[in-house]
Amino acid sequence: MPKLRVPKIPDSVVPPPLRKPAKPGLGGTARGQAPSDLKTSPPERQTDVERLTDRAKEAPVDVLAWVDQRLAASGFLTGMLYRKVPKGTNWFYTLGSATLFAFIVQAVTGVFLAMYYTPSATQAYASIAHINNDVPLGQFVHGMHKWGASVMVILIFLHMGRTFFFGAYKYPRELNWVIGVVLLILTMTMAFTGYLLPFDQRSFWASIVGININGTGPVVGPYLSDFLRAGPELGATTLARFYAIHMLLVPGAIIALIGAHMYLVVKLGTTAPPWLKFDKPKAVIPASQLDAAGVNGSVNGHGNGASAR
Amino acid sequence: MTEPPMQERAKPDPPGYFEGESMTRRRVFTIGAQALGGVAGAAIVLPAVGFAVAPIFHRGKERWEAVGPASDFVEDTYRQVVFTETEGIGDAGKTTAYVRKGSKELGEDPRSYIAVSNRCAHLGCPVRFVEAAGNFICPCHGGVYDFQGKRIGGPPVRPLDQFQTRVRDGQVELGPRFSVTSQLEPVRARDPGEFTGGIWEYLYPPRPSTFPAP
Repeated sequence: MPKLRVPKIPDSVVPPPLRKPAKPGLGGTARGQAPSDLKTSPPERQTDVERLTDRAKEAPVDVLAWVDQRLAASGFLTGMLYRKVPKGTNWFYTLGSATLFAFIVQAVTGVFLAMYYTPSATQAYASIAHINNDVPLGQFVHGMHKWGASVMVILIFLHMGRTFFFGAYKYPRELNWVIGVVLLILTMTMAFTGYLLPFDQRSFWASIVGININGTGPVVGPYLSDFLRAGPELGATTLARFYAIHMLLVPGAIIALIGAHMYLVVKLGTTAPPWLKFDKPKAVIPASQLDAAGVNGSVNGHGNGASAR
Repeated sequence: MTEPPMQERAKPDPPGYFEGESMTRRRVFTIGAQALGGVAGAAIVLPAVGFAVAPIFHRGKERWEAVGPASDFVEDTYRQVVFTETEGIGDAGKTTAYVRKGSKELGEDPRSYIAVSNRCAHLGCPVRFVEAAGNFICPCHGGVYDFQGKRIGGPPVRPLDQFQTRVRDGQVELGPRFSVTSQLEPVRARDPGEFTGGIWEYLYPPRPSTFPAP
């Protein structure tokens, strides 16, 4: 498989605090000095045009630097963007980002659908028909939201499977697993509440079945059903309630928890795939040589305290 | 820094407390500010939560609707009627009932009218009365009920719900919904999927939003 070549971003457009630190031993630029690939003449030999061009070239850097002096975000960004990932990191590790991308698609298309949708039991179906039939690209945006929902649910399960089978939920990442499970539940809540919104036959009966499944929980079930329906029967306020949960309550919680989830990913780093073995030591000192050096008893080379004493 | 001798200054014990005090000023203000914050938070959150869960405790107005003259209904088969159960949401608020006269053969009051809801007791799909079989059959998961609405097959957990009936000016009127036990004893309306009778009356408690059983 041919390697994908990513064009290198020249150091001149990256503000100094964001620059990838030079590898040790390669002679990186000293602090405050122009990087070696910045080809400029001394100021006294520059023409006005050259000076202006150089100034213009520096403009984006200046703007970024101005922001960074006030935000002081470059340290955080450098740490996040240039963090180390383990050897063996592969395509399975992109499932979380893919789920995030699916969520962003849902958020953006959802905002635009909300511009045309009417959350009223008597008008919802007509407003969806209007989106699909009359609004330019309406069917496309509605389709993205509808199919994107399934994509997000599938991706979040694949991401969970990757985490499980790679053992990435173990110490110290248990809390991130817990946050992930809450995100999974919230995603299912989104799928459930979004299902009713078109208010067609399928939406209506699927929601009735879904609410009744909630109701089969002992003791609290019947009250949960009444809470979801806002009454003993699916009524006028049920749709408004589902709409509010679908576009205000749960998305806010999802965004907050995604923030916490990603903070922990950056903070703790990712795990290596389980099939990756430890690097073998480059040279193994034979036991006979250890004996010769007088290190008796510690053949395994770990040199535990008892034998060293 | 020179410390005065122990005899001259009473050393607070525990540190930060002075004679006769059970709390430092700092601690009083900390607890006070937190309590005030808690009260302010509760004043905002509690009404909002109450607003969201209020419908659980609210029972709507009892509603009766005429579905046809009493002479339309016979005792050996059902007649399908559609009436409004929830107002204000158009067709979505309508529901279907199968109505017949009480049958002496089945031990019912011949002057009464029986209105069986088409809401399946499994998960709420609409059942259909199949004349040839004399059974109610659910299309979703294969629930089957006999002529009286008792479950005879499939996943449903109890017989079909019924509606209260009465006759006014020669018209049969349908009222609030109620559920029945496996012996067809009326109980308060339960949602589909919830058992009725015996210990289930406690595991699936009646909801305040439903009407008392007849």
